[in-house]
Amino acid sequence: MIEVDHLSKSYGKGHAVNDISFTVNKGEILGFLGPNGAGKTTTMRIITGYLPATSGTVRVAGFDVAEQSLEVRKRIGYLPETPPLYPEMAVSDYLQFIARIKGVATADVGRRTDYAMEATGLTQRKDDLIKRLSRGYKQRVGIAQAIVHDPDVVILDEPTNGLDPNQIIEVRNLINTLAGEHTIILSTHILPEVEETCQRVVIINQGQIVAMDTPKNLAQQRTHSARTHLLIKGEAEAVQAALTSIEGVTNVEVSEQAELLAATVESQTETDLRSQIAACVIGSGFELYELRTETLSLEDVFRQLTT
Amino acid sequence: MRNILAIYRRELSSYFVSPIAYIVIGVFLAISGLLFYFGTFGARGLITQVMQYRMQAMQSGSGGDIDVPFIIIQQLMGFAATVSLFMVPMLTMGGYAEERKRGTMEMLMTSPITELQIVLGKFFAGLTLYALLIAPTLVYNLYVAKFSDPSFPWRIMWSSYLGLLLLGSVLIALGLLISSLTESQIIAGVGTFAIALFLWLINAFAPSTGTIIGQVLQYLSVIQHYEEFTRGVIDTTSVIFYVSLTVLCLFLTLQSLNSMRWRRA
Repeated sequence: MIEVDHLSKSYGKGHAVNDISFTVNKGEILGFLGPNGAGKTTTMRIITGYLPATSGTVRVAGFDVAEQSLEVRKRIGYLPETPPLYPEMAVSDYLQFIARIKGVATADVGRRTDYAMEATGLTQRKDDLIKRLSRGYKQRVGIAQAIVHDPDVVILDEPTNGLDPNQIIEVRNLINTLAGEHTIILSTHILPEVEETCQRVVIINQGQIVAMDTPKNLAQQRTHSARTHLLIKGEAEAVQAALTSIEGVTNVEVSEQAELLAATVESQTETDLRSQIAACVIGSGFELYELRTETLSLEDVFRQLTT
Repeated sequence: MRNILAIYRRELSSYFVSPIAYIVIGVFLAISGLLFYFGTFGARGLITQVMQYRMQAMQSGSGGDIDVPFIIIQQLMGFAATVSLFMVPMLTMGGYAEERKRGTMEMLMTSPITELQIVLGKFFAGLTLYALLIAPTLVYNLYVAKFSDPSFPWRIMWSSYLGLLLLGSVLIALGLLISSLTESQIIAGVGTFAIALFLWLINAFAPSTGTIIGQVLQYLSVIQHYEEFTRGVIDTTSVIFYVSLTVLCLFLTLQSLNSMRWRRA
């Protein structure tokens, strides 16, 4: 649905985006991840036709963004970083206006407006002036304007920015309900968002793609060893010896923590040693207080890749 | 056309849901009304002046009579133009500056509409508001017409209104152009006023009308052409002058919107 091919954008001397390529399939949610200033917004603006690229091409639904801009714009719903609202307008008037300029047929304007308000939970507030809405509701209006013309592609630039935790969950659920019907690109620097909503992640740093995969694969690939953390009551040396004797264990570290011992057991990634470790601890006559495995989170991957 | 209409309607309705249109129309009518009243009936108004003139003429037994309705219209339409100079920048200053500040410009420019449609929609909305602004001054003319002797010169009145509308379209196109260059409404408003005032008074800088430069500056003065209309003369040169100045401003606005894509970081 979206093909970005060797896209670059430079301002003056610096590159905001430097030779990036990726594709997004129909119905997919792609997470665009990167620190502030990495080039996320610039890339999105080029895809929406707001900014021209310095070099490279972008095609949306087969149309070239630079050559057939109007065709592309018809097919894209876009929520910029700050929702583009007219505060003095009522919600339904605003959405009707958007529907008209986005090319919705006059006969369908009312129906599409109702749909967008229904989908974003705004039906109750349809006659309220936008300036009287809370931040969360304004964000919903922003999303409603991005889907009112039933676009093939929805591009959301930090859709949960500045919302409180409850609102973030609401918006995230809303995005999940949009998936399937629409192809979605969303940018964020909040990692759980990506883990929960996106099928694929592009991590971008200093204008370049540093990783591109599913959130799960990204986390797994970066993990070279698995760690298991234990809290045990017993004698340090005996514990150390017992744990080291387990087959598959590569390293054991033991330290004292209050009345107990904290042990970290490292092993090969592929093998799950939890039951063996538990059996060993109990079998050696120690008391087991806690046992948990550590997997590398997307957050760790992100930090590794972007710093 | 549909897109222009959508922009036009939103623009016009936004003027009326914010206080700006009411304030500008109110102030315009208050000032032009006061000027009309005191300029006509005041202690040094036209009526008194005409009386004095007639008295002198009678004593010396020379000089022709004055067409009173004509000079009243001319004075009134002069006031309306001057007050427009002050009021139109306030109407247009938000035009693009506010859209840019709110981020709605980005939305408009990623919508399947052309920049020309945006420019035209906004311009005609501004012009419509201006027409609504000057329409109530017709009441003064009708009032004069009622007591007019010799009979009221309708032709002069209509040609004056045509001139006022053309003058207004230049001011609006200019104001929207300046507004498209900045994110600050204040800068847009003050800038428009300054440039409009300059075009207003440009003939005052003319060394003398004999030289080429003098003639050019004379021609560029927006108020010079307006005076033709208030004398009942619809001069093609003046119509072309106003229309071409308006089109030039709209064209430059279009270029300014296009360049936004390249300028934006």
